[in-house]
Amino acid sequence: MAKINTAKLKASNRSAGRKKGGTIAVFFFLLITGIFMVMPIYLTIVMSVKPVEELFVFPPKLYAIRPTLDNFRDMFDSLNSSRVPFSRYVFNSLYVTLTVTALQCIFSAMAAFVLAKCRFPGSKAVNWIIVTALLYQSNVIYIMQYIVMSRLGIIDKPLALILPSIASPMGVFLMRQSISQIPDSMIEAAKVDGAGLMRICWQIVMPNQKPALMTLVIFAFQAAWNLQAGSLIFQEQYKTLPTVVAQAAASGIAKAGVAMAAAVFMLVPPVVVFMLAQRKVIETMAYSGIKE
Amino acid sequence: MARSETYKNEKKSSIKELWRDIKRNKACYGMLAPFMIFFIIFTVIPVVMSLPMGFTDFNMAQTPKFVGLSNYINLFLSDKIFMRSIRVTLVFTIFTGPVSYVVCFMLAWLINEMPKKLKTIFTLIFYVPSMANIYTVWQLIFSGDMNGYLNSFLINLGIINAPVQWLTDGNYVLGASIAVQLWISLGAGFLALRAGFQNIDRTLYEAGAIEGIRNRWQELIYIVIPSMKPQMMFAAVMQIVSSFTAGTVAQNLVGFPSTDYRAHTIMTHAYDYGWVRYEMGYAAAICMVLFAVMFLCSKLIGRVLNK
Repeated sequence: MAKINTAKLKASNRSAGRKKGGTIAVFFFLLITGIFMVMPIYLTIVMSVKPVEELFVFPPKLYAIRPTLDNFRDMFDSLNSSRVPFSRYVFNSLYVTLTVTALQCIFSAMAAFVLAKCRFPGSKAVNWIIVTALLYQSNVIYIMQYIVMSRLGIIDKPLALILPSIASPMGVFLMRQSISQIPDSMIEAAKVDGAGLMRICWQIVMPNQKPALMTLVIFAFQAAWNLQAGSLIFQEQYKTLPTVVAQAAASGIAKAGVAMAAAVFMLVPPVVVFMLAQRKVIETMAYSGIKE
Repeated sequence: MARSETYKNEKKSSIKELWRDIKRNKACYGMLAPFMIFFIIFTVIPVVMSLPMGFTDFNMAQTPKFVGLSNYINLFLSDKIFMRSIRVTLVFTIFTGPVSYVVCFMLAWLINEMPKKLKTIFTLIFYVPSMANIYTVWQLIFSGDMNGYLNSFLINLGIINAPVQWLTDGNYVLGASIAVQLWISLGAGFLALRAGFQNIDRTLYEAGAIEGIRNRWQELIYIVIPSMKPQMMFAAVMQIVSSFTAGTVAQNLVGFPSTDYRAHTIMTHAYDYGWVRYEMGYAAAICMVLFAVMFLCSKLIGRVLNK
């Protein structure tokens, strides 16, 4: 009896059979691999604050001797010089990104819940189509998509960026996989209590699915934020940041520094969203309390 | 039960039953609808429209001309570069598929062993490369003159004494592309696995401790892996897609076409025919072959994970 109690105590600290030394070794392993992983990012940041003459110094330095924000100023100057003010691009980008992220998460969550937990005619077929759609990566689709969009008359409007990004098979697949782990008994119990599917989905299942949902937020935000308008948007007032930033960075060979500044600038919002969402993921501690 | 009745009756009643079934589940269809509407318009319709494209000769200006199987016959019998691209894709896939998958899983697991605050930081560190669309910095790292970071580093260490043309020498282009692809490959799959680890019911660990699980390895094998299967399947599919369709990284890094087509993947080949030569029919056939291979792979992995 006493033995079980100590085991329980240990487990509640989540340290069953864990040696301190092991954890420290894991930490150093992650630290060293991590340094290799962030090295290119670090170099990008360093080069974005290097003045032009330092970019081609030999031997290449891992830090900037005289850090400057000239590259960032150059980028903003060239963005501001077009007929449309810079704030307009920021607004367009936020509008597209936030709409896509919100709708994609809500629609994917509902669809995934139904596909994971309800048996209805056609559910198997839909599941199959979604996974197959993930695998079918053809560059011919873009032409067909373009034809569909021009039939709908949304080319050269912000909707051309928003509408095709809303339904992401990847999002549904991710959520479905995660929701499938919830015991059916939990949903049956809620049904017995008279809760509708909508209520079960949002009040019982989703609070339990924060890690998956937050992961989806990260994916959706990141994809929408980096969406290249390409041949879909021509009017300057509808263009989004990735397109115009790429234009600003691409004009001229000596613009490596500006290109780096552009990359750093574009990386900040996804990283902020990642940090916020990831904190939510980590805070979630699964205590379902239901055994199958 | 309907077996004794006549066929006609059986059919009628089964249709009626189906209809009743559909009506009973109308809440399900309602919740599925918002996603399905957009999914059908912007994914299913374009995919279905593009399927027959592989059997045509289509240059985007004239109407497609039906040519039967000739695209596929050319592909396998006379396209030498396609054969080379298959080899390149396989090498790419072996390194960035299974290797990266195992790395993803191990890192996600090891990060989970860290205290709370470090979890967020380490997850960010390993995930940030896939968020950054950075090729310029890799071009500077692999730059062929003494200014390249890698060259200057290796010269300083005395490993090489003349700069290596990492991005143009046929012996290195594939290796360099694979390195960068690996760097960005800790993406969707990795993050989903991290979320999966976070979602494991804590009471399972407690039960495990009581039942005599003594160390991290036992915990991994008896508790973690069985309750992570859905996320592992997701990560596997993501890894298959990203490794088989790799191509943009190589194109941006070592240029297009790469030296001797050494980093020419199937996807690059499809890009070549689709967007450079405007032979859409041929490009569609290439993509179809790739799709078939990926489909088989995912089925295979599904089998393995279900065991």
